[in-house]
Amino acid sequence: MWGVERQPPSSEIVVCAAFAVREGLVWLELPIDDSAAGFPDLAPLFPCAVRMQRGMVDLSGLRAEGSHDQRPWLDHGLWSSARAPLRSGGGSVPADSGALPTDYAFVRVEGDGVHEIAVGPVHAGIIEPGHFRFSVVGEKVLRLEQHLGYVHKGIERRFTELAPLDAHRLAGRVSGDSTVAFAWAYCMALESAWRGEVPQRALWLRATMLERERVANHLGDLGALGNDAALSFGLAQFSRLREDWQRLSREAFGHRFMMDAIVPGGVALDVSVPMRDRLRQQCDAIEREVHVLRTIYDEHAGLQDRFLTTGRVTPELAARLGLTGLAGRASGQAFDLRCDHSWDPFDQFNVAMAPNRNGDVAARVSVRFDEVFESLRLIRALCSGLPQGELRVDLQPVHAPSIGAGWVEAWRGEVFVALEVGADGRITRCHCHDPSWQNWPVLEHAVIGNIVPDFPLINKSFNLSYSGHDL
Amino acid sequence: MWHILRQIVRTGIVTEPMPYLPLPLPLPDNAGDAAQRIHQDILDILGQALTIRQVDAGSCNGCELEIHALNNPYYNIEGLGIKFVASPRHADMLLVTGPVSRHMEEALRRTFDATPEPKLVVAVGDCGCTGGIFGESYASCGKVANVIPVDATVPGCPPPPLEILRAILDAVRKHRPVTGHPGGPA
Repeated sequence: MWGVERQPPSSEIVVCAAFAVREGLVWLELPIDDSAAGFPDLAPLFPCAVRMQRGMVDLSGLRAEGSHDQRPWLDHGLWSSARAPLRSGGGSVPADSGALPTDYAFVRVEGDGVHEIAVGPVHAGIIEPGHFRFSVVGEKVLRLEQHLGYVHKGIERRFTELAPLDAHRLAGRVSGDSTVAFAWAYCMALESAWRGEVPQRALWLRATMLERERVANHLGDLGALGNDAALSFGLAQFSRLREDWQRLSREAFGHRFMMDAIVPGGVALDVSVPMRDRLRQQCDAIEREVHVLRTIYDEHAGLQDRFLTTGRVTPELAARLGLTGLAGRASGQAFDLRCDHSWDPFDQFNVAMAPNRNGDVAARVSVRFDEVFESLRLIRALCSGLPQGELRVDLQPVHAPSIGAGWVEAWRGEVFVALEVGADGRITRCHCHDPSWQNWPVLEHAVIGNIVPDFPLINKSFNLSYSGHDL
Repeated sequence: MWHILRQIVRTGIVTEPMPYLPLPLPLPDNAGDAAQRIHQDILDILGQALTIRQVDAGSCNGCELEIHALNNPYYNIEGLGIKFVASPRHADMLLVTGPVSRHMEEALRRTFDATPEPKLVVAVGDCGCTGGIFGESYASCGKVANVIPVDATVPGCPPPPLEILRAILDAVRKHRPVTGHPGGPA
C-alpha cells in the first residue's frame, strides 16, 4: 500500500494497493478529494495492512478511517517538516540535530513475574538496527513487540530527485542483500512504463544473477543458523562456500553482490563462454559440498534439537497473517512467483517449488537447502542455453504520464516496485515493497512460548530486512 | 561426528596469506610475514587484541555482509587478534556503516559515548564516507563524520573485506603515539 500525490495540473491524491491474486497482480487506486477524509481500513481483511497503513500516515499523510492502531510507525518524531515527506513541499527541511526520539507506546503485559527485556536499536551482532521489546516470565516469551523505522533514510523521496534512467542504482540499494531483485523489479517497472522490449539474452543474464543472489543468501543463512545453534563448524563451512561464490560473481558480473549489473533496458555486461563454463562448474562443486553439509545438519542431534518445533508458524496462522516468500513456503503457503506467475525467462524452466508444512526453524532450513539445489539447476540451465542477441536496448521516454510495475521473486520473497513517471520525464513516485512488511508481524507470533535464547535462531531463520522495510 | 571430522580434514586450512598492506611507518627488517606484522602492530600499539563493535547507522545491509565476510575462514581476522564484540563498552573501535539515519543519530552518539578509550572510529562504505547515494535529507544526516569524529574511512559500495581490514589497520596505526618507541608498547 502506498500513497501518491500526482503532479499538477491534476495534483490528484491517490491511495494505492497491490493485491497478489491467482490471475496476477491487481493494482487498485482510490482517488481521494480531501486527504483529511481518509480511506477505508483494510486491516480487518488483511492484518498485514496495519503497519503499511501506519507507514502511509507517516510518509504521505493519508489515514485509514477507524484504524485501531494510530501510533506512528516509521516516524520517530524527529523529522522537522510540517508536511509528510512524500507530499509536495514535505520533507525538504533538514532535520534538527540533538532532538530525541519520542517515546513509543509499547503494549504492556502485566502479571505476576512478568518483566520486559528491551533490545536495540544497536544489536549485539553485525546486523541492522531495530528495537525488540520482549515481555517474558522466567525464560519464556509471552509477547514480542517490534519497533522498526530506525534505518528510514528517505529512499522514496530520494527517488523523485533522480532521473528514471539512473534510479536503478538507488533501487539496488534498498536492501543490499536483494540488490539484484530490486534492481530488476525497478527496471521491469520502468520498461513497462516506457514500453521497452528487453532482449532475451539480457533476461537470461538477469535470471542467472537473481538465482546467484538466492544461493549466496541461502548459503550465508544456513551457516549463520548452524552458528546460532552453537555449531560454528556450519558457519565456517558455509561462509567459505559463500566467499567462493561471491568471488566468482565479482569476476563474472563485476561486483561481489552484482550491484548495478542490471540496468534499464538490459544488463551492463556480458558473460563469456569460458566464464559460463566456470559458473556451471562452480554449481557442481557447491552442490557436492552442500549435499555433504546437509547430511551433517540432518544427522546432528544437537542441531536438530534446536531446530525442530522452534519458532513454529502453523499453515493456518501463516495463511491468516499473509506470511509470504521463503518463510511462507516453510509454513504451507505454496507460492513462488517463478512458478505461479512465471515471467520471462523462468517460464521456460518449470521451476520446482520447495514446500514444507512444519513451519518451524527446521522447515525454513529445509526450504533453503531445497532452493539452493533448484537454483543451482537453474543457473546451469541458464548458462547452457544463453540466447544470442543484444545486451540492452535504449529506453525512450514516452512524453506522457506513465506507470509501470515490477514484481520479482527475490530470495526472501516477492519484491514489488510501483513506478510513476510524469510527462516531464521525472519520477513522480517510486514505491518499493519488500516481503519483510508481511513477515515481520508474523515473527512476533512465531516467538510466543519460545525461550528468549531461541530468539536469535528464530529471527535468523526468517532473516527479514530492516532497510528494505524502513526505506 | 565422523562426517564433520571428515569434512574438516577434507577442507583443510583455507586461510589465505595476508596481502601486503602498506604501512605508514617503516618496518624493522625482521618483520616476518604480513599476518605476523599486523598482529605485532596491534599488540605494540594497543598492548592487547583489537576489539570492534560494529554499528549499522542506516546502511542498506551491503556493508554488513562484507564485514561478515571478513570473519570467514579465508580472511580469518580473529587469527590476527581482531575480534567483534557485542557491546561498545568492550570495544576499542567502532566500525560504522551507512548514511547516519536521523533515527539512528542519537543511538550512534550514545554508542560512541559508551566506548572506552582509544575510541577509534572507522566509517565504512561510500555512505559512511560521504552520505553516498542517499545524501543528506529530512531523514538522513549523511556521512558518519557529521555525527561523531572519524579516524579512518573506507570508500566502496560496499568495500570488499580486505579494504575494510586496511582501514581498520590504518585507524590503529594512526593511533600510534608519535614519540613512542617503535615496536614497544604504547
